[in-house]
Amino acid sequence: MRRYEPILALVLAAAMITAAIMAPWLRFVLTIALAKGIAVVGILLLLRAGQVSFGHALYVAFGAYVVAFLAPRLNDAVLLLAAAAVGAGILGLLIGLFVTRYRQIFFGMLNLAMSMVFYSLLEKLYHITHGSDGIRVEVMPVAGQALDRVAYEWSIFGIALALAFTVGLLVRLYLSSPMGEALAGIKTRETRLEFMGVPARGVLLSAYVMSAMLGGIGGAIIAMTSRHVTPLLAYWTSSGELVFIAILGGAGGVLGPFLGAAAFELVRIYAAASFADAWQLILGSVLLLVILFAPGGLWGMAARLLGKGGTR
Amino acid sequence: MTASLTRREALAAGFGTVLLPATLSAQPAAKPAEFKIGVTTFLSGPASVFGVPSRKACEMLVDQINAAGGIAGVPLRATFVDEAPGTDHLVGEFRRLVQSEGVHAMFQSISSGSCLACTPLSRELQKLTILWDCGTQRIFEENRWEYAFRTQGYGTPEILAPLLYLLKKKPDFRTVAVINQDYAWGRDSWELWKAGMDALKPGVRVVAEMFPRFGSTDFSTEITRLLALRPDVILSTSWGGELVTFVRQATERRLHERSTFVLPVAEASLPTLGRSMPEGHIIGTRGDHWNNHPAPANPQLFNEFVTAYRTRFNEWPIYPCHHMAQAIWALKAGVEKAVAAKSGGWPSDLEMANAFRGLTFPTPTSTITLREDGQGLEDQIVGLSSFNDRFPFSVPKEMIQFTGAQVSAPVGQKSTDWLKTLKPDMIASSGRSIG
Repeated sequence: MRRYEPILALVLAAAMITAAIMAPWLRFVLTIALAKGIAVVGILLLLRAGQVSFGHALYVAFGAYVVAFLAPRLNDAVLLLAAAAVGAGILGLLIGLFVTRYRQIFFGMLNLAMSMVFYSLLEKLYHITHGSDGIRVEVMPVAGQALDRVAYEWSIFGIALALAFTVGLLVRLYLSSPMGEALAGIKTRETRLEFMGVPARGVLLSAYVMSAMLGGIGGAIIAMTSRHVTPLLAYWTSSGELVFIAILGGAGGVLGPFLGAAAFELVRIYAAASFADAWQLILGSVLLLVILFAPGGLWGMAARLLGKGGTR
Repeated sequence: MTASLTRREALAAGFGTVLLPATLSAQPAAKPAEFKIGVTTFLSGPASVFGVPSRKACEMLVDQINAAGGIAGVPLRATFVDEAPGTDHLVGEFRRLVQSEGVHAMFQSISSGSCLACTPLSRELQKLTILWDCGTQRIFEENRWEYAFRTQGYGTPEILAPLLYLLKKKPDFRTVAVINQDYAWGRDSWELWKAGMDALKPGVRVVAEMFPRFGSTDFSTEITRLLALRPDVILSTSWGGELVTFVRQATERRLHERSTFVLPVAEASLPTLGRSMPEGHIIGTRGDHWNNHPAPANPQLFNEFVTAYRTRFNEWPIYPCHHMAQAIWALKAGVEKAVAAKSGGWPSDLEMANAFRGLTFPTPTSTITLREDGQGLEDQIVGLSSFNDRFPFSVPKEMIQFTGAQVSAPVGQKSTDWLKTLKPDMIASSGRSIG
């Protein structure tokens, strides 16, 4: 299955580009989907270690607010992306230092608490953050090039796609490296890992910092695409959405999050377009169906279709 | 196996249906077969107390207008979008409606955050956008928009009118406390009130500023504090279920006997509160469309609207219904003006938008003028809560009407700066008692 992953990724990318050319509004939706996909790759890293973070929207929102606050001073998409990634990484290190002491539900709930603290700060520090009104992000130059709106949107879409490939590739390498394999060790039996002389906390912390950086990158792209950031990005429902996407896409491979994110955004938009009153019901039903009939998510389903059996 | 195949097919089919209209939408402005409007409103979450009635009102008016031949001979069709999933979703939906569904005008939104995020899209996508309910003053004070217009009042008049009413009716207060929801409107409205109060009646002491969490269901701590502090006036711009909960919990503990409430957004919660709303407190409706308006400009139209809404939905219309109606009447007036100027041809998006600048359109209660910056001037009526035989809930008495121009910041001035320049003689000169 791993062999087919790059080919599938190329097919998916080609489909996205075609859709974005044919329908301009889908370009927007797909850029958001790519950004969320990148953030969900971070969730996937932690899932490998058997840990679910219910507060990863913290890093997404942090990345988005880094863009919103620094955009007037650091007016370039590439620099802002880097700043968001580094900023989220540092925040991830600080928070990771103590949340990685905990496992399972405690890990999940501590993360949730952190993201809700950030959410409350964004609401409470009203004079700095404009509270729930949010902050607007203007069209900005990309790598020194001032662009008009359409070119800008294409560049962000292109950057998101390129980053998705880079992230996917790096995470694939990481997961097959000893450090990545040790993550699975945390899931099965942490004590054995320690016996082998591998520090479990260090392994988890490095994965946590990486996942925070991915969240920051995803958030920065979301801010550059929707061009308006609100505290809702840090709310627990946003974190839930990321976990939802991870389950929908499947944790078997790095393509899963992107499949999941694209499916999530499209299902949501079609559901909202067709049944404005009941889109939540449809999203929920889709997740239930996936859990009941395809526990490996969309990725697992694709693996079964190719007849190779999705291996972890 | 088969299940996954059909889903893939379904997805492909979905793509097909979306791509088709997108290619068709790039055609020159010809008279459309139907005039499509995209309406963003809350269909879920706490603010659906506003969103669902406004949607009902919109559907009812669309039916009425279509039965009477449509706008400039073109029937209307409304598509609704839920605001609740958040900004990135809503911004995407705005694009979908304009670029894929090919709507001719957008109606947005209830939340100020949604309006701030979507109004710039009106310029980018060059599409007529009517802001039908959100109240933030930032929209037209921080920017100029060619395609966006607000067909109702906004935060500044909606706060200043109750303040002036208080100063006229109960000028002797010395202390004030505020209990607002902890989000942008709660903070903004307090800032506006404070600026106005400090200018019109300097020296009032603020004894408590409380911003309980948005969506709170228990106000016992705040009420205990208010009982101990005994402020003369308690301001709350909370709305919906939270206001209902606060008033119920406060009246149980007799807070209303010690202090005067000022509730600028009370109207929408009054039907729910029923008889539990105490009498003699200052209530507002974000406009002049009280169900017991003593002298509407067009009484027949007003009664028709209220009666039709009551007959169809078995409930009284609340202010979001009236705001939605204002947006639709403005749309009708504006589009017909643009079509008339084109002498029969169909106007382009820009010509359509230009027709709205300076437009004065009639509402059943009064008229509303859209200023050159796009902001509508809506009259404000404030009164004291009271009961009568006609209504099973509280309605205002001793009403005072403030014209929109009196209580809105002039074009080009920021509300907080303008409020600071107000002089106390404004209290006597503004407003007209209408019984």
